[in-house]
Amino acid sequence: MHAKQATHTMLAMHGVSKSFLGVRVLHGVSLDLAAGEVHALVGENGAGKSTLMKILAGEHVPDAGTITLDGRNHSFSHPAQAQAAGIGIIHQEFALLEHRTVAENVFLGREPTRYGLVDRRAMEEQAAQLLTELGELDIGPRSYVRDLSVARQQTVEIVKALASEVRVLVMDEPTAPLADHEAGLLHALVRRLAARGLGILYISHRLREVFELSQRVTVLKDGRHVTTVRTKDTSADGIVRAMVGRELSAYYPPRARPEEVGETRLTVRGGGNARLRGIDLTLRAGEVTGIAGLQGSGRTSLARALFGAAPFTTGTMTVGGAPLRPGTPRQAIRAGIALVTEDRKAEGLALRQSVRDNTLLVTRAVPDRERPPAARELTALLGKVRLHARGEDQEARYLSGGNQQKVVIAKWLAARPRVLLFDEPTRGVDVGAKAAIHTLVRDLAKEGLAVLIVSSELPELIGMSDRILVMAEGRIAGELPAGASEEDVMRLATTSDGPEPPRGTDPPPPPAPAAREGSAPIAQEGAA
Amino acid sequence: MAARGGDFLTLTNVVGILQNSVALGLVAVGQTAVILTGSLDLSVAYLISLGTLVAATTMEDGSVVTGVLAVLALSAAVGLANGLIVTGLKVNAFIATLGTAFILRGWIEENYTGPAGQVPASFQHLGYDRVGPIPVSLFLLLAVAAALWVVTRRTRFGHHLYATGGDEHAARLSGVRTRRTVIAAHVLCSLCVGAAALFLASRLGAGAPWAGTEARYDLESIAAVVLGGTVLAGGRGGVAGTLGGVLVLAVLDSVFNQLGVDPFFKNVVRGVVIIAAVALYARRGARRSA
Repeated sequence: MHAKQATHTMLAMHGVSKSFLGVRVLHGVSLDLAAGEVHALVGENGAGKSTLMKILAGEHVPDAGTITLDGRNHSFSHPAQAQAAGIGIIHQEFALLEHRTVAENVFLGREPTRYGLVDRRAMEEQAAQLLTELGELDIGPRSYVRDLSVARQQTVEIVKALASEVRVLVMDEPTAPLADHEAGLLHALVRRLAARGLGILYISHRLREVFELSQRVTVLKDGRHVTTVRTKDTSADGIVRAMVGRELSAYYPPRARPEEVGETRLTVRGGGNARLRGIDLTLRAGEVTGIAGLQGSGRTSLARALFGAAPFTTGTMTVGGAPLRPGTPRQAIRAGIALVTEDRKAEGLALRQSVRDNTLLVTRAVPDRERPPAARELTALLGKVRLHARGEDQEARYLSGGNQQKVVIAKWLAARPRVLLFDEPTRGVDVGAKAAIHTLVRDLAKEGLAVLIVSSELPELIGMSDRILVMAEGRIAGELPAGASEEDVMRLATTSDGPEPPRGTDPPPPPAPAAREGSAPIAQEGAA
Repeated sequence: MAARGGDFLTLTNVVGILQNSVALGLVAVGQTAVILTGSLDLSVAYLISLGTLVAATTMEDGSVVTGVLAVLALSAAVGLANGLIVTGLKVNAFIATLGTAFILRGWIEENYTGPAGQVPASFQHLGYDRVGPIPVSLFLLLAVAAALWVVTRRTRFGHHLYATGGDEHAARLSGVRTRRTVIAAHVLCSLCVGAAALFLASRLGAGAPWAGTEARYDLESIAAVVLGGTVLAGGRGGVAGTLGGVLVLAVLDSVFNQLGVDPFFKNVVRGVVIIAAVALYARRGARRSA
């Protein structure tokens, strides 16, 4: 039998501190790990989890503190040294060469040689053997990494770590890029690795998996160690409280009262394109409409069609009462439609430009919609979105995910839109900023904007929406009133021919039950 | 080549084409190693010029061996300097090697006004002798190319070259000493350039300040590498492709010379061929990742 509750400490990090450019990101953090243990590491964005793990992996050199592995002190200055000591790390971004084969990747940096030359055959045989041990028979050692799915690439990463005989495996949000069933397979794999006696440090924002997998949880906040507890002695609420340092019960702002819902701002009748069909939709001032659906159901396509980025090819649409079916984002912006995209780094921000330039981006590009705001208006706008930045000159790439998102919202508000579309408004945003964005969205609706939210996080969608449209297979499968349960939504999302959905907006029911149930992905860690 | 296509594919002609590609081939093979790591070397042309001068002047007073060693030492030093500037000072390879090119040029212009030195007759065997119909220099190219092929494909260093060029961060995280790899690639490249300089010195019988620059070995070698399918960003390609690229350029030259085509038109065709080849690679790559 394996020793899951081994008392023997294999790895200990003690008093680790680290500063970057004078900013202290770790304050004397300590952590220990036993063989066969899965130890979860949680915390908000910028809490220092990734930095701590990068120190362990030899990517950063700590300013102070010790690392002890099997009773021996180590100080790593290059990843190769940490690797040689038996520490493997699976990064959020895979460290794989996509144009090289699986075997070449697995043995990168320690290729077996024979007579001074790389022994390709041995390399491929050993890679195949490791893959077989993990039950991954579908991955061939000679396949090119670029031809593998994300989940398989991750398996290659794990095999790569195992090939160097790791004792400690660090996994930094390994399930973030995976679909649900793939995540399940990964969990099984993690358990098997722990059963072999590996110590596993598991960073995650998904509290559900923290509870499924780990024996202990360590919470970091603002670069400090908050607590380490046995997982079975705590609850999701307790962990969230430790992470944010406050209760998050009143998480979602109250919904719109019926009298707050005003005139029709946007309608679609029979809208369709390559990915959508038969879309009928009405967005009203003061109302937050939620769009739910599984991945690939057409949620994002709908937002992009309304915004003219991937336009409707059939059907009719009106904006502000006038018929208009935008064929380009520019037309949509002129008509007063704004889209906060899912991928803010690639589609929302000019990362190397200042907060100010980013905020002026839309109004400068489409000045006939709204003139670029004057300096004082700009400052007021950034105050309204509650931006925390060092100044308006700060480059957008240095902001946290939440503040970046606030800049994107400010950029659109500068153009005074009538219809505001959000695609995954809080992806990669930490808990605190999340609440701020939720409040902001509700405030904007109160000011008379028509708001549409696409979100894959059901608690958020249910908590925020005044009514929910559920999409499946490129069409709207049904509509649910505010406060519908997750089960109702999932039923519609998964059955293509669901029952006749209830119509109309009921008066809002009591506030959603304390929304966080441990399932919520909180955020992705930003760059250290 | 199995087919006999009239006058063009005569033995003399084919051998001539191959002989003309020796110098470019040596440089391009070296350039391949650097480009695979995602770096680049623009100092090769002036290094060749200086190499021929150093070879000829050293051999005039001393032996062939000291001449060869002097050239290889010079090359290794320049390669090391390039590598250190690129990795240590983190200067973009384009600028770093352009800078060393200027320095070498300054040195040449300050110290040599024209052809200098003389290589002994014994050393000219390298440039002019043949084994049967095949020039000795072709063996030099094949030997260097074969050595580099083995190094890139079969050694750990070679794997690390590809890894560093493919994704430097990933390579570092996998324990590859990426700096050393880039430095070693630059040294290797410069040594190949040194070999080209020795060959040219042997051909010319003396050192010449224009030996490398007149034939534009810097850009020409990069063109050959890219034509041979190596990606300029690094990580993909190889020595075999580069030899193909060199051959294509040499054949084009030869054909146009034989047909007596206007040099303007000749350069237009070369330009079109290079652009078309890379556009083709780009399309292939796009389809694969789609």
